[in-house]
Formats: sequence, structure tokens, C-alpha cells
Amino acid sequence: MTVTESGSTDAAPIELVTLTIDDVEVSVPKGTLVIRAAELMGVEIPRFCDHPLLEPVGACRQCLVEVPDAGNGRGMPKPQASCTLEVAPGMVVKTQVSSPVADKAQRGNLEFLLANHPLDCPVCDKGGECPLQNQAMSHGNGESRFIDQKRLFPKPVHVSEQVLLDRERCVLCQRCTRFSEEIAGDPFIALLERGAQQQIGIADGEPFHSYFSGNTIQICPVGALTSADYRFRSRPFDLVSVPSIAEHDSCGAAIRVDHRRGKVMRRLAGDDPEVNEEWITDKDRFAFTWSFQEDRLRTPLVRDPGSGELVPTSWPGALAVAARGLAGKATGVLTGGRLTLEDAYAYAKFARVALNTNDVDFRSRPLSAEETDFLASQVAGRGPEVTYSALETAGTVVLVGLEPEDEAGTIFLRLRKAIKRGVKVVAVASHRTRGFAKLDAELVQVVPGGEPQALADLRLDETDIVLAGERLGQVPGGLTALTALAERTGARIGWVPRRAGDRGAVEAGCLPTLLPLGRPVGDGEARADLAAAWGVESLPAAPGRDTAGIVAALAAGDLQAAVLGGLELADLPDPAAATAALAAAEFVVSLEVRLSDVTPFADVVLPVAPPVEKPGTFLTWEGRPRQFETVLDTGALPDVRVLAGIAEELGAPLGVRTVGQARAELEELGTWDGARPAAAKAPPARGAGPVGTVTLDTWSQSIDDSRLQDGAGEYRATARAARLKASAATLASAGVEPGAAARLSTPAGHAVFIADVAHLPDGVVWVPARSEGVHVRALLAAGFGDRVTLSPETPAANGGDEA
Amino acid sequence: MSTLRETLWDPIAGFGVTFRTMFKKPVTEQYPKEKVPTAPRFHGRHQLNRWPDGLEKCVGCELCAWACPADAIYVEGASNTEDERYSPGERYGRVYQINYLRCILCGLCIEACPTRALTMTNEYELADDDRANLIYEKSDLLAPLLPGMVEPPHEMLISDDHHDYYRGKTLPIVEKES
Repeated sequence: MTVTESGSTDAAPIELVTLTIDDVEVSVPKGTLVIRAAELMGVEIPRFCDHPLLEPVGACRQCLVEVPDAGNGRGMPKPQASCTLEVAPGMVVKTQVSSPVADKAQRGNLEFLLANHPLDCPVCDKGGECPLQNQAMSHGNGESRFIDQKRLFPKPVHVSEQVLLDRERCVLCQRCTRFSEEIAGDPFIALLERGAQQQIGIADGEPFHSYFSGNTIQICPVGALTSADYRFRSRPFDLVSVPSIAEHDSCGAAIRVDHRRGKVMRRLAGDDPEVNEEWITDKDRFAFTWSFQEDRLRTPLVRDPGSGELVPTSWPGALAVAARGLAGKATGVLTGGRLTLEDAYAYAKFARVALNTNDVDFRSRPLSAEETDFLASQVAGRGPEVTYSALETAGTVVLVGLEPEDEAGTIFLRLRKAIKRGVKVVAVASHRTRGFAKLDAELVQVVPGGEPQALADLRLDETDIVLAGERLGQVPGGLTALTALAERTGARIGWVPRRAGDRGAVEAGCLPTLLPLGRPVGDGEARADLAAAWGVESLPAAPGRDTAGIVAALAAGDLQAAVLGGLELADLPDPAAATAALAAAEFVVSLEVRLSDVTPFADVVLPVAPPVEKPGTFLTWEGRPRQFETVLDTGALPDVRVLAGIAEELGAPLGVRTVGQARAELEELGTWDGARPAAAKAPPARGAGPVGTVTLDTWSQSIDDSRLQDGAGEYRATARAARLKASAATLASAGVEPGAAARLSTPAGHAVFIADVAHLPDGVVWVPARSEGVHVRALLAAGFGDRVTLSPETPAANGGDEA
Repeated sequence: MSTLRETLWDPIAGFGVTFRTMFKKPVTEQYPKEKVPTAPRFHGRHQLNRWPDGLEKCVGCELCAWACPADAIYVEGASNTEDERYSPGERYGRVYQINYLRCILCGLCIEACPTRALTMTNEYELADDDRANLIYEKSDLLAPLLPGMVEPPHEMLISDDHHDYYRGKTLPIVEKES
């Protein structure tokens, strides 16, 4: 645990206060708490409730110190809690190091705390990494004088499916309740009862369903809060801890992966003041079992021409088959947006060098040429300009096409911190979500598709920041309006994609018009520069096809083969069309961690390593490189090694075979410093989606049934209910009763949700993009901004396909 | 240059030891034909003890594994459930292995054990011609069932409150037939 005051390095000169701690004179910034001033000079005062990122509360009384002089010449009559005591000029403080009074007070307090604390350390998950255990050893009495029966509670209480509470272990420090209220804004847990019966608890029927609940487990200084899926699984001393980066969103949160005997047992928040401070989302914490599922690919599979079955094959054999199949065929490359920077670079280089094409795209979602231009002109080749700490010092932060609580939890928490410093949050969205409410956001209510007009009407200045989510790219004219807004007002913009690999893929050149590190395909100088660096004759000059173009070309036969890396068909704009396109393709190579919906169409399936089993780098939405090393060394190959193998068989070596080599080559290439492509220009227009009665607004909630959250049952049980939200008038005009089942349909299919009334514009419905078994995109072939038909769900019409 | 005493007397004196020993009781132990009991506190093979109702005392806390200087012990804990209870309380040792290729029988593990689940027997015949056989599993280490003990999993028979086990409450004598 460290003091994490970031972004204050360039601040005005700090006013210092000089005081004496343990007969040593120290000068610390004004407003510092005594406990932290003592820490700075190397004296650790025991504490439980104090946490540098939480407001001081003085709840546990463990940090008592003697104050012979409070700075005014008079001493404090009794020992004082140093975690709530600010330094004052001339103050004299004596900690347990120099004061028998403070030492006795601390020992006495610890004895009180331990009076009712059970001696169940052997079965407690915190045992071995427990601040109470440690401080009882370092600052407590060896023996307890308490001989009576300790207070007992029936154990444990499920405050949520994921978080368990053992009440008798609790020392009432209120770190968990303060975190939930101050940091996450989800005050679902609170102190209940009085006196000896005082305990943490939840309201009846209101479980602790917060996207950040796992952090309370980590900051609990005793074993009172434990995680259901880690309970009794292992002990801190037999875990090997490796720092890593979370792979679930583009926030690049620092995590710590604890593994034992080749199995990841748990993940904890890492400590990175510049990025995620000490907090991570529950998704980053609990959703790590996906790569250890039964359907994990372990050996290469090649489709047997006779039987049509996939059969296990040796690596050299499978690579040779893949190369033979791809040779001479026009091939498109689709990467799913979950790749590391190095692996994405390998795909980009593989497409250009081995396949001689620019048909490569990382976007497995609806996209537009406008977005391609925007990425080339505004995103690629730019380092971290808008950063997390910039959010804290901004005047206004505008969120458009982005619901940070669901889609970028680290940004959400940083904005929660920022609003306390006076930053104003403006949300351009269809309705005020729980996340926006917790950010105290001013809502600029728009119908999906109305974002360009809303952006044009915004009044901002150069201190302001606009964070655009990837949904804005699906609004015709949205990114054009964003660029225009930035030019008009000087506001800075940040592009926040949804997946961890998206930003890296832009830099790596996994786009039809972009080569690595911002080099435009259309720029002959950039191509020549890169060709020289790669040691090839020339690079393909024609801009390639984007994802939609590749799918269409596969269906039409213009492309005969496809190389797919971590792609999910269900994410594509029209999953049925994509399925047909793959079925039509002559040859499909799939690089996957697990069996997927691409596997049935693949002629060669090559297993690759998940992030936990390989080194790599994720770029955050800021463009900040987040490098991580291998956690589990299983021998699984990263994509770069597999692609290098195919390229060698094709006779066009990639020149890089390892992640380290790819890293070095990227470093050597350097960012393009030549001319940038022109900014995106597209007029606002209505999307050509299916025709229906209402406009669909949708995004993925933080906890859903996506494949990266497979296998984490307790965690998934804390998901928010999948409800359809619409205004009362919208529901009434469609004949849907609030609380009853409603059907959304398009010509492609239908999905059923329970309808709730919410303050949305009339004619707009919101549903979660994925919920248990209901994938809006796969069922309706429609998504954000499309027109769908809303109708009541009658039992007769429901053919058993329950939502 | 040997003296008269060395040439004549010393050989006879040497045989003197032999002659004297011929009339003493031999100290040779006829192991393995005859087995001599060890000292009562001899550090032999480990045993995982049971409560009087047959539930396991081990709670899977891994303190033995932590204490072990030879890294010979491997433990994995797990939760007892209503249907499957192996020990009183919430936690039991699902996996318990001692590797006798590594164990130095120092006894630090039994000192670490908070529930007296792990003790040492006097059994010392720990040899085998197969290395794999010398990794003892929980089933090899568990104490035999004494009269009154029931093979887990089963519910707590001594008391519904698991604290009572540690307070020394014993099995109530139940007349099942009457």
C-alpha cells in the first residue's frame, strides 16, 4: 500500500509544515496526516481503518500516538488517532517507538480488537497475509487476558454470491463500507446494529451487487470479507505472484496473478497510481477461468479431407497444411481485438509480407469507413495525450457512446475521483444509467443517431475532454462531429474502445488503410520506409478491405481464404452472413485459445496462448503501453510464433518469431512522423438497419456471458438483471405492460426481455447486448442505432425460446 | 625394532577381548526377523487423526506444509458442505500428501498442526522400490477407524456446534438398538 498522489508533480510549490516525530524534525506538505508523515520518516504506526485512498475515519483506534505538543504549546491530554490528525507547525508527536504511553495504548487497543476475534486463523483465507495477524505479532501482547466465551455469529453471510462475510472476524474498520460509498458509489453494505452486536450487513433483498465489490475483499484488514471462489483454495505462502495486466477492457488495469502448481488461483488489484490506483473491476479480478475451460485447444487440428473431421496433428504438419492452403489464394485477415500489441503486429506484418494484401481488420463489430479514417488521423501513432490523470484536472469530461461503469470500469472510478475535485461529467446518451447517476453526470439526452447534433451543440473549451466510446463510430457522422468539436473548441478527445487489444491493433497496423505505428497505406513514402525496415521489395499499395468488405468478399468468392485470430462470429454486424461467408471460403485458418464458433468452418485450427501464458503488451485507451510477462509457462505459443511458422512455410519469413523480437522491431520502427491522413468526413445519416418501430440502444454490461467470463459462476451470479428499458409511452404504444415480457424482433429473429419503465426518449428501447443466452446481435442481426420492432410477448407466440 | 612385549603379549591380549565377548549376550538386532520397539517418542510415519466420531481433525490449513523444511507436504483445502462433511467446521483437507522421499522426520509439522490432526507414529519401515509409492496420500495417512468411529463423510455426531469438538466434548453413548 502506497501513497498515491499522482499528477501533482507539476503543481505549485507545496507549503511545508515542520513538526517533530519521535524526536526527529520532519517537513511534510500541509494537510498531511500524522500517520503518513511518520511513514515518510520510516516509522510505521499500526493501523486497520486507514487507507491512503479512502477518507480518514478513525474507526479502529489502532494508530494511537502521544502528542505532547499540538503545535500550540499545549499537549493533547489523551493519545490521539494519528490517521485523523493533521500535522501542525511545531507539533510534537511520539509514536510507539519513543513513547511508552502510545505503545501501551496500542497494545491495549489490539487486545480489545482481539477480544472477540476468533482464533480461526488456520481456516481463514487471510491467514498469512493478514494485517491483524501481523500487527498482533508486532504490536500486540503475546497472551490474551480474555477468558470468556467470544461473541459468535452463524457463519458466513453471503453479502453477494461472490463476497462472503464472516462477521465475528470483523474489526469494524469500515474500509469496505467506505470504499463502496466513496470510491465505487455502491453503498450496499453498511454498519448495522449497536454495541457488541454491531456488524456489517446488507439490506434484505439488496445484495452487494457492485462491479467493484472484489476490492473490499482485498482491502479488508482481517479475513471478514472473503471471495466465494477462492475460499479455502490455497494459502498465501504457496502462491507465486506475478504482476500482469487485465485483458478485459481497454483500461489496462494492473493486476497481480497468484498461481499455484500451474493453476491461477486468484487475481488481485495491482498498484499503479497512474492507471488504476489500487482498484480493479470484478471482471478483472474474478473472470480468469476462461482459458482453463474444457474446450481449450491444446494441439493443432487439421480437417481430414476424407472424413471432414478435425484431427489432431503435429505442429510442423499443421503449419505446412496451413501454408499450402493459403498459398496462391486471395486471403483476408480478421483479428478479434483481444490480441496483444506484438501479436497484432504479427498479423499486420503477416498480411502484408506473407499474403501481400492490406485486407486486415481488427474490428469484429459494426464499423464504418468514417471510423477507419478517424483511427488513422486521430488515434494511430499518438502517445498518451489524454490520460487518467488528465481526467482529474479537466474542466468537463464528456462521455459519448460510452458507459464507463459497464465498459471501462477504471475510467469510471477515476471519474468518480475527479467529480470530487470539481470535474463536471456530461453524458451524451439515451438515458441516465446507474453509472451516469453515480458520476453526477449532466445528461444530454439523445436518440441513438442523434449524437452528431448533440456534439455540435456542446460548448467546451481546451480544458475539457471528450471520451468517445466505440459506439460513436457506428453513428454516421459521429466521429466527424467529434473531430469538428475538438477543432472548434480545442477540447481534447480520447477514443475508448471496448477490448484490450483494440488500441494496440490500431498501432500495430491491423487496419486496411494503416501500416504499423501510424504509417498510412496510401503514402508511398511510408510504404517505402516500412518495406526497407522489413527488408522486402515492396508492400501492397492498394488499400484493403475492412471487416465488412472481407466478409462480403469471402461470400462473393473475391477472397478465397481467411486467417482468423480470436474472432467471434457472433460479434460481427450480421453473424448469419458471416457464417455463410466462412462456409463459402475455400480455406480458413483459425488461431484460437478455445474452440469457438469459427472452428466448424476452419480447415486448420492452431492453438495459441491466452494472455496469462505469454508475454505481451496491451495499449490502454490512452495509448499507454502496458507490458506484461508470462505468468504460467505452459509452452503454449503466442500468435506471433504461429504466424512466423506459417510465413516460413510460405517462403516469406516474418523476420520475428518471438514476442521479444516483435517488441524490438516495433521499437526500432518508431512512430510515423510524416503526413497524417485527413480527418474523417461523413455526413450524419440514418443507419441502414432493419426497419422497425423503435430505435435500439444497447451495449454490453460489465458482467455478462461473454466468453472471457466463462467458468466464473459466483461472479456471473452478481450480474445485473437483463431488462428492457423504455419510456412508459413507448411501452404503451407497443402494448407492452411494464414488468411483463416484451419481444424485440427483426426479420432475422427475436429476443424476449422483461420490460421496465425508464426515462428514455420515446421510440427508443435499451437492452443489454448480451445476457445469459440472449445475444442481441446474434438473434436480431441488429445493434446500437438499428430499428427493431417492439411488441408484447404473448405466451402463445413464445415457442419455448425463453429469454 | 619391536619389543618382546609387542611380539608375544599383544596378540594374546587381543584375543582376550574375543574370549571375553564369547561369554556375553550378543547386542546384534535380528532385524527384520525380530523387531525391537522404538522409543515411545520416536519420529516415525505420520498419521492423520480423527475425532471420536470418525470425522477428520485436519482442516487443510497447510501450516504443516509451511513448517516443513524439506517441502515434503502438499495440502489443498476445500469447503465442507451439508451433504459432504469430512471435518467439523467449514474447511477440510481435500488433498493431503507427504513425500517420504523428502521427509526428514523432523516433526516440525506436528508442532505446527493447530488441531493435533497430524502426529507421528512409531512406524519406521519407510522403504520401497518404487518412488511413486513413497508419496503417501491422505488415505494412506488417515488413522484407522476405532470402535464408534464412522467413515466420513457424515454429519457431526458429537455436537452440532463445531466448537464443542475443540472443547473436548466426546461422543455421546448412543444406544442405537433400544
